[in-house]
Amino acid sequence: MPRTRWSGRWSSTGAPRVSDPVSHEAGAYEPVIGLEIHVQLKTRTKMFCGCELSFGEPENTRTCPVCLGLPGALPVANAQAVHLGLTIGLALGSELAPMSVFHRKNYFYPDLPKGYQISQYDQPLCKGGSLGEVRIHRVHLEDDAAKLTHVGESGRIHGSRESVVDFNRGGTPLAEIVTEPDLRSAEQAGEWLKLLRTTLRQLGVSDVNMEEGSLRCDANISLRPTGSQELGTKTELKNMNSFRFIERGIRAEIARQQQILEGGGAIVQETLHYDPASGAITTLRSKEEAHDYRYFPEPDLVPVRIDEQMLERARAALGELPAERAQRYEQELELSPDSARLLAFRAELGEYFEAAVAARADPPASAQALANWISGDLLSRLPEDGDPAHSRVQPGALAALAGLVSAKRISMGAGRQVLDKLVADGGDPAEIVRTEGLEAIGSSDELGEIVAAALAANPDAAQRIREGNAKAIGPIVGHVMRETKGRADGGEVTRLVNEQLGV
Amino acid sequence: MIDREEVLHVARLARLKLREEEIEPLARELSAVLDHVARIGELDLEGVAPTTHVVADAMPTQPGLRADEPRESLAREVALSQAPAVSGNGFSVPSPQA
Amino acid sequence: MSSTELIDLSAAQAVQKIAAGELSGAELFDAYRARAAADELNCFTWVAPAGSTGTEAAGVSGAGSSPSMSSSPEAGAALGGIPLAVKDLFCTEGVPSQSGSRILEGYEPPYTATVVKRLQAAGASLLGKTNQDEFAMGSSNENSAYGPVLNPWDRTRVPGGSSGGSAAAVAAGLAPWALGTDTGGSIRQPAALCGIVGLKPTYGSVSRYGMIAFASSLDQAGPLTRDVTDAALLLRHMVGHDPCDATSLRFPHEIELPRAERLDGIRLGVPAELTGEGIEAGVLASFRAALEQAVALGAEIVENVSLPHAPHALSAYYVLAPAEASSNLARFDGVRYGLRAEGAEDLLDMYERTRHDGFGPEVKRRIMLGTYALSAGYYDAYYGRAQRVRTRISEDFTRAFEQVDFILTPTAPTVAFELGAKTGDPLQMYLNDYCTVPMSLAGIPALSIPCGLSEGLPVGLQLAGPAFSENRLLDAAHALERALEFDGSPARV
Ligand SMILES: [Mg+2]
Ligand SMILES: [Zn+2]
Repeated sequence: MPRTRWSGRWSSTGAPRVSDPVSHEAGAYEPVIGLEIHVQLKTRTKMFCGCELSFGEPENTRTCPVCLGLPGALPVANAQAVHLGLTIGLALGSELAPMSVFHRKNYFYPDLPKGYQISQYDQPLCKGGSLGEVRIHRVHLEDDAAKLTHVGESGRIHGSRESVVDFNRGGTPLAEIVTEPDLRSAEQAGEWLKLLRTTLRQLGVSDVNMEEGSLRCDANISLRPTGSQELGTKTELKNMNSFRFIERGIRAEIARQQQILEGGGAIVQETLHYDPASGAITTLRSKEEAHDYRYFPEPDLVPVRIDEQMLERARAALGELPAERAQRYEQELELSPDSARLLAFRAELGEYFEAAVAARADPPASAQALANWISGDLLSRLPEDGDPAHSRVQPGALAALAGLVSAKRISMGAGRQVLDKLVADGGDPAEIVRTEGLEAIGSSDELGEIVAAALAANPDAAQRIREGNAKAIGPIVGHVMRETKGRADGGEVTRLVNEQLGV
Repeated sequence: MIDREEVLHVARLARLKLREEEIEPLARELSAVLDHVARIGELDLEGVAPTTHVVADAMPTQPGLRADEPRESLAREVALSQAPAVSGNGFSVPSPQA
Repeated sequence: MSSTELIDLSAAQAVQKIAAGELSGAELFDAYRARAAADELNCFTWVAPAGSTGTEAAGVSGAGSSPSMSSSPEAGAALGGIPLAVKDLFCTEGVPSQSGSRILEGYEPPYTATVVKRLQAAGASLLGKTNQDEFAMGSSNENSAYGPVLNPWDRTRVPGGSSGGSAAAVAAGLAPWALGTDTGGSIRQPAALCGIVGLKPTYGSVSRYGMIAFASSLDQAGPLTRDVTDAALLLRHMVGHDPCDATSLRFPHEIELPRAERLDGIRLGVPAELTGEGIEAGVLASFRAALEQAVALGAEIVENVSLPHAPHALSAYYVLAPAEASSNLARFDGVRYGLRAEGAEDLLDMYERTRHDGFGPEVKRRIMLGTYALSAGYYDAYYGRAQRVRTRISEDFTRAFEQVDFILTPTAPTVAFELGAKTGDPLQMYLNDYCTVPMSLAGIPALSIPCGLSEGLPVGLQLAGPAFSENRLLDAAHALERALEFDGSPARV
C-alpha cells in the first residue's frame, strides 16, 4: 500500500492540512479536486416507499405506485435512511440540521419516474465536517434513479435506438457526500476515497461497493498556477465506477486541462464522461444547456424535526472510526504510524489484527510483530485485497506463530514455512513445528559445530570475512540453513561466525 | 411581460411542444396573468417567513417518517400493464440521443 | 318505494332506512345506477355496469395501497351499501381514473385512493366516476377532455368546477352524494353554482394518497351533498391519519352529525375585502338576506373584521398552485402509463409531443406559468413571495378568529354563467375563486351552502372557521340551512 499523503493528526473535526504541494503531475499547475460521492444506504426498503431494495432481482419486480411515479402516489421518508444519514454526519463531524427537509429537483429523464428527484437543497441533513484532512462540504439524502439500458449496437447511449427502463433501483436511498476541493492529485483522491469507503463500511451504513454501484463518484477538477490561491474553471467528471478508473480518469482530465492551459487555451465548464476502455474523455453536456432544476420545497413531505432520540440512536451506532482506530493503535498498541493506518483503514485487517492481539499467545509477540506478520507475510500469501478472516489461518494461530518466532523458538525462516502450511491447510503452529521438526537449534554448542563445519567448507568466504567484508557471510549462512533446514536463527549464526573467526 | 423567446424557453423546460400559432396567444395570456400576480411585489413582506406546509407547520409533532418495513411490491405484469411501449421486461423509450 | 321516493331521500335518511331494514342498499344502488347511466348532463365519465353492486370494482388489494382499513361488518354497515359518486381524479383500481385529461385516457390504476377505500370499508358503493376540469384546473368544467358538464338548473350554463360532475350529479339526483376535491374552491364553487352543500375540510385531515395531484399543498378531498347532515356523515368516514400521506393529520375528534337549530352567541365576521367589489348584485342581495336570517337565529354580525391580504390571495394562489402543478404533472411523460405521441424522432420529441397532445390549453397555461415562476431568476420574486403572502393570509385569519367564530362570504362572485362565457379570458375565469382561495391558502375548513336564488339560479354562502373546527362549522351551517329552507328539488327533475 502506498503511503497516504496526509500524515499525523486524525481528529475528525481537525482543520484541513493540505498545504503541501505533493503532486507535481501537472508541473507548473496545481490540480484542485473535489469529490461528489453517492452512497446507497443499507436500508431494507426504498427511500420513500415500502419496496424492498433490489439486488439483481428480475427487472421491474420491486416497484409500487410510489416508486413508479403513478398518479396520486405520495412519498413517505424512510426513518432508517434519515438515521443512517445522521450517522454519517456524526462520523464526519458535520453540523446536523435541526430538521430533515426535502426539495424537488425537476428535470425530465426516463429513469426519473416523477419528473423530479426528491433531494435536499439549501438545508442538507449534514453541513461541514471532515475526514482525514479533507473537509466535507455537505451530506444530503435523496432517492436514486432507475436503471436505463440502451439497446443498440454499442449498448451505449450514442447510436442506440431504444432504451429500456427497469425501476427496481429507482427510489433506493442515497447519501450524497460532497467534499471541499481539498484534494491535489489523482492518487490522493483514490486513497481518500478508500478511507471514506472503510469509514462507511465500518459504520454499516452502506455496502460501498463500486462495482455493484452502491458507491459512485464524480470529481470536480480544475487546475491553477502552483502557488495561486484562486480556483480555475472546473469540469465535472461523471460516474467513474472503480477505484482504478477514478485515479486514471482524474489523471487523464488533469493532463487534458494542462495541455489546454499550456497551449494558451481556456477550460470550458462542462460535464465529462471518462471511458476507461479507450481512456477518452467526452462531453456529456456543456453549461449552455445546463439544467434549470427549479428546486422548491417538496410539498408532499413535512419537515421532520431531528430530535434527541434520533441523535442518540445515531451516536450509539457510531462505534470506532478508522481515524480514531489508527490513533489508538499508535498510542495504546505502539504501532508505527504506517502499520496503524494500514490496519485501521482496512477494517477487515484491523478486525483480524485485534483478534490476534486478543488471542494472547504464549510465548507472546508484540503488537507490532503481529502487525508485521499480517501486513507482510500473511497478506502476500492471500489473493489481492483478500480478507485474512476468510483464510485458513486463525488469528490465534498467527499470534502463536509470531510468538514462537519472537521467542526464538523457531527461526524466521521456519516461521515462514509454518505460515505456508497454515495458509494451505490451517492448523496449530506448535503442532506443525513438532511434526516438521522445525524447532530452532536449541544450544549454541550444536549450532557452533554446524557453523564451524560451514566455515571449513567455505575457506574463501571465511578469509574475506576476516578481511572485513561482512557481506561474504552469505554463503556461510546459506550453508548453515541448508544443514539445519532453516531452523537456525540468522542472528545467532552471524554471532557465532564472528566469534569463531575472531572479528 | 413574457416574450416569445421566454415562452419557448419555458416550454422547453416543461417539455411542451408549441405549434407556431400557439406561441403568441400563450405569451399574451401568460403576460396578463403575470401582470396580475406581480401585484404581490407591492406588499411589504420584510421578515415574513414562507409557508410551505400550512397546517403541519403549526403541528410539528406529527409523525412524518415511515418505519423501514417492507411492503409488497406490484407484480411485474401489473407494473407494465399501462405502459405505452414495453420491451422485454422493461419500459421502452426512444433513445435519449438517437 | 318508488324510484322518485328513493331519490328524494337524503343519504343520511337512506342510511337510516337501510339500518332499519326498510330499504336495501342494493335497491338504492340500482335506482341511482339507472339514473346515472341515463345521465344527460355529462356528469359521469364511468358508471358502474348494470348488475354490479359497486363494491366489486376498486376492490381490496394488497400491494401499493394503504394498509387495509378496518372493515369489520359493523363498520361496513355504517353506510349500508349506499352509492357514492367519485371525482375522476381519485384512483380506483381497475376503473378508469383519468383526471379529466386526454393524457390519461383509459388509464386504470393498480390501486385505490385511501379515502375511497375508507368509504368502501364503511359501506359506500362506487356508483361512478365524475367528470371534472382537467387535473382539477378550472372553475367551469369546460376544461375536461371528456366534454363540459351541464348545470341541471339551466343546461346552457356551467356547473362550476373543477368538481363540476360531482356537483351536478348530486344536484340532479344522479347520485345521493359525491366526493370532490378543492384546491382553490373546486368543491365550494360548483356546490354554490349547483345549489348543494360542499365542504373543504382542514388541509391534512383527509388523505391525499391516490388523489391525482394538482397542487399538493392545497389539494383536499371533501363531500358534495344535498344537505349539511349528509356532508357531516360523509366527512366522518373520510378523515383520519394515513401512513401513506406524510401530510395527513390525526383529526382531533370524531365528526358529529349536526344538531344546532340556533346561532345564539355566535359571532359571524363579514370581511369587507370579500363581500364588496366584484360580487354580483343578485349574489350580494341573497348573501345579505342570509345574514339577516343568521341574526334572527341569534348570531351577531361583525362587519369590521378584516382580512387585509385577502385581495392578494388570488395572485399568490396563481403562483403557488401552477408551480406545484408544473412539477406534479411532470410524471405524465409517455413512459409508464397514459398517452404517448406516435412517431417521435427521439426522446425529447416524444416528451414534447406527448405533452402537447395530451394536455389541454388551460393545463398547458398553468404548467407554463408554474415553470416560469420556479425558473432560475424568478423564484424569489414569484414563488418565494407567494409563500410569504400565504403566511400573511394565515395570520389574517388567525387574527380574525380571535374576534369572530366564523367568516361568512358569498362562495362565488356570480351565479352559474353561460357555457363559453369566460373561456376566452383566463383571468376572468380565475376570478371565480376570489372568495374561496384565501381559505385554501390558510388550510382552514370552509363550506358552501345554498342560500337562495338569483335570476332563478342558486347562490352559495361560504362559512369558514379555524383549523379543525368542522364540527362547529357544520352545526352553524345546519342551523342556517334549516332557516334558509332552500329548495333544491327543481334540479332533480
Ligand atoms: Mg445527487
Ligand atoms: Zn416502491
